[in-house]
Amino acid sequence: MCNVCGCNVTAGNLHVAKKPAPVGSSAIDVLQRLLAANDSEAIHNRVHFDEHRVFAVNLMSSPGAGKTSLLEATIRALRGEFRIGVIEGDLETENDALRIRAEGVPAVQITTGTACHLDAHMVHEALHDLDLRNLDLVFIENVGNLVCPAGFDLGQHRNVVLLSLPEGDDKPAKYPVMFRQCDLVLISKLDLAPVMPEFDQDRAVSYLHRAGSAAPVHALSARDGIGMDLWLDWLRAQLPPRAAIADAAD
Amino acid sequence: MVNDIAAERMAMPCVVTVQMGPLSGVEPGLLARAYPLAAAGSPASSARLEIENVKLRLRCKMCDAVCEAMVNRQLCAVCGAWQTDVIEGAELLLKRVELSLQTQVHLHV
Repeated sequence: MCNVCGCNVTAGNLHVAKKPAPVGSSAIDVLQRLLAANDSEAIHNRVHFDEHRVFAVNLMSSPGAGKTSLLEATIRALRGEFRIGVIEGDLETENDALRIRAEGVPAVQITTGTACHLDAHMVHEALHDLDLRNLDLVFIENVGNLVCPAGFDLGQHRNVVLLSLPEGDDKPAKYPVMFRQCDLVLISKLDLAPVMPEFDQDRAVSYLHRAGSAAPVHALSARDGIGMDLWLDWLRAQLPPRAAIADAAD
Repeated sequence: MVNDIAAERMAMPCVVTVQMGPLSGVEPGLLARAYPLAAAGSPASSARLEIENVKLRLRCKMCDAVCEAMVNRQLCAVCGAWQTDVIEGAELLLKRVELSLQTQVHLHV
């Protein structure tokens, strides 16, 4: 919903405009999203990405699900194919940005202090340090958290959520708001399947459906490369054709 | 937003109504407890926060039925399909601000 076209007026709040104000007071009907400031900054970020023909992916998961390891493996696999940049979100340390830079791609670290998610303003600040003219694909690695990042649009084009085997297959049931809005679910650390027989992929998908998500699910291991092709093909399918990128660069 | 409206109208807010659904990612109880802290020192501190909880309602993509649902069981109540669209329940809106006509003030916000 937005604050522009009137789609924030729903059957549930249509009667507001007709409600009389109590005597001695004056009622102002607002019907504006409380996160309007974040949303307008997110739109600004998205325009910024689009102007540079850059595709942006917001990568979310609980802490330790393997987001940075997945990015390292992805950068290695797509080297020479796409120019990649990364925005790293963590409460503290520059460890993840250092790991990404070691792969030879630019990485901007956002340290949020005690904030448990990234918002559009933080990403906007980080974009000042990332030269989008030389990039095709930007990953925004959100703070490890399956709750709060779901509430903030960053200006990304797709949301990808990692669910690692050791976390258990019922995470979509426990964090439905996050899983409802994702475009792809990656079941990570698949190499641990032999020692985690209790993780049932079909059950994870069933919980995902109960959370209202129609996102495709791929299982993979960034450590040994199993299943990486499906993820890379999904990414390739999202990006504009190479010709379009080349045209934009001209 | 509330403070902007108060400044614009030169009047103190007395009721702030927020409408929220279960997919908004915000807990009504926590918002109610946080409101006095967030509003402290601003015109909004004079207002009572009213929260209207919106139920999650879905439209089934398979049979077109409309039904209420729980956040972790977003299935069509008629045919059981999981392919649904959210009609209501993701809102996090400042719905209305009521201003007291008795207390006009000059505000610096």
